[in-house]
Amino acid sequence: MIEFQDLHKGFGEKQVLAGLSLTVHDAETLVIIGYSGTGKSVALKHVVGLLHPDAGDVIVDGQAVSTLDRDELTALRRGIGYVFQFAALFDSMTVAENVAMGLRRRGLSDEEIEDRVLEALALVDLSGTEERLPAELSGGMRKRVGIARAIALRPRYILYDEPTTGLDPVTAAVMDRLMVRAREHLGVTGVVVTHDMRSAYTVGDRVAMLYEGRIRQVGTVAEIQATEDPVVRQFIEGRPE
Amino acid sequence: MIESIGRRAVAAVEAVGRVGHFVLDMLRAVPDVATWARPAVVQMRRIGVDSLPVALFIAAFTGVVLALQASYTFTGAVPLYFVGTLVGKTMMLELGPVLAGLALAGRVGASMAAELGTMKVTEQVDALETLAYDPQSYLVVPRVLAGTMMFPVIVAFAIATGIVTGWLTSLALLQLSTPEFIKGLKIFYQFKDVWFGLYKSATFGFTIALVGCIVGLRTRGGAEGVGRGAMQTVVYSAILILVLDAFWAVVLL
Repeated sequence: MIEFQDLHKGFGEKQVLAGLSLTVHDAETLVIIGYSGTGKSVALKHVVGLLHPDAGDVIVDGQAVSTLDRDELTALRRGIGYVFQFAALFDSMTVAENVAMGLRRRGLSDEEIEDRVLEALALVDLSGTEERLPAELSGGMRKRVGIARAIALRPRYILYDEPTTGLDPVTAAVMDRLMVRAREHLGVTGVVVTHDMRSAYTVGDRVAMLYEGRIRQVGTVAEIQATEDPVVRQFIEGRPE
Repeated sequence: MIESIGRRAVAAVEAVGRVGHFVLDMLRAVPDVATWARPAVVQMRRIGVDSLPVALFIAAFTGVVLALQASYTFTGAVPLYFVGTLVGKTMMLELGPVLAGLALAGRVGASMAAELGTMKVTEQVDALETLAYDPQSYLVVPRVLAGTMMFPVIVAFAIATGIVTGWLTSLALLQLSTPEFIKGLKIFYQFKDVWFGLYKSATFGFTIALVGCIVGLRTRGGAEGVGRGAMQTVVYSAILILVLDAFWAVVLL
């Protein structure tokens, strides 16, 4: 279980998170929606300790992330896969080497690593791309390699940062299907940050809206679709006013 | 005015603190040999083999110029075989390490800053962390180690090249014989001349790599930030090389 407890984070004068509290239950996929620049990715980065909170904390399986020392944080990260908005693939490495990167830290044999790499790439429909470089892939393929890199670790949690942003509708639908497949095949708990409502409705068990640094509303997809909160309604309907 | 000076002083102290913190973090990562060993070999090849042509090119022409300028200066007053002395001493003590260091500040330091800066702004450094890699172990230690170990090797070749071209110039243009040149080379020679130059170059390599890593991993602002970081690395490294050069001259000579 992941719990955001009264999380505060600012950058200079700008207060991005102002008391974010939210719980992600085991085996669910929770989607965090919100306007661009409202701190969705910032919240996600706190889960793996890439950012340190000004106040509050994120609790993962009972461990307060900001209090962990380096070794404890490394151990925590081994159980969490992170899919970056622009994939963040290592551009000097092949696709296979990218997917194998995290596995090499786990003391697996070369055969095991190769098996896991092939399995993960097959799961994201990218078999046969092992020797290609990230520069030779399309944006959608890069994001799928990012997912393969995360699921190859067989993590308990996967955090997706804007997985469909910048993709055409068909490729975005493919990404949605992969996220659903990752949950169904691997049973992982997922947190998806997005402002793509179609994607949110497809992959989410629950949806939470982040607004002005806090959760404005959280509920099932049906509850969010039926909301009467004017801020949430405006956002999910994509109305300018 | 006073407020501005105060702000700059605080910023300077903070910068020193950040560098100290960075170095401590790096030292803490040194025992993690399993992580840095492989990338260190890659970096040694990159810094050592790939930088050698630049260093040798500079050293070759420096040797030629040194021999000719020595001859020009000595004419009529000092025996010509002292050309060998001047070429040897100057290449070993000063020009070998410093010219190679300044050239490689651009070649090695800027490339490190640009590479790490690009990794930083494209979230590859964050990705490393989420994959349970310590960027200090995987990125910084291999580069600083490779810089420290390979610079003396490069400089040793540069010194040898400078002396050889100085010797060839003496033979071809100054009518100096080989025994005379070697006689000059041996006069006043001390073993300290060699190790002083190589030791100094190791500190230059350490500094250039460290500056490249610090600046690279603090990069912000996309392509413009990467370019700025590369430029800053060259400037900071060049200044630090000259300061270190003077420091070691005071301390060790």
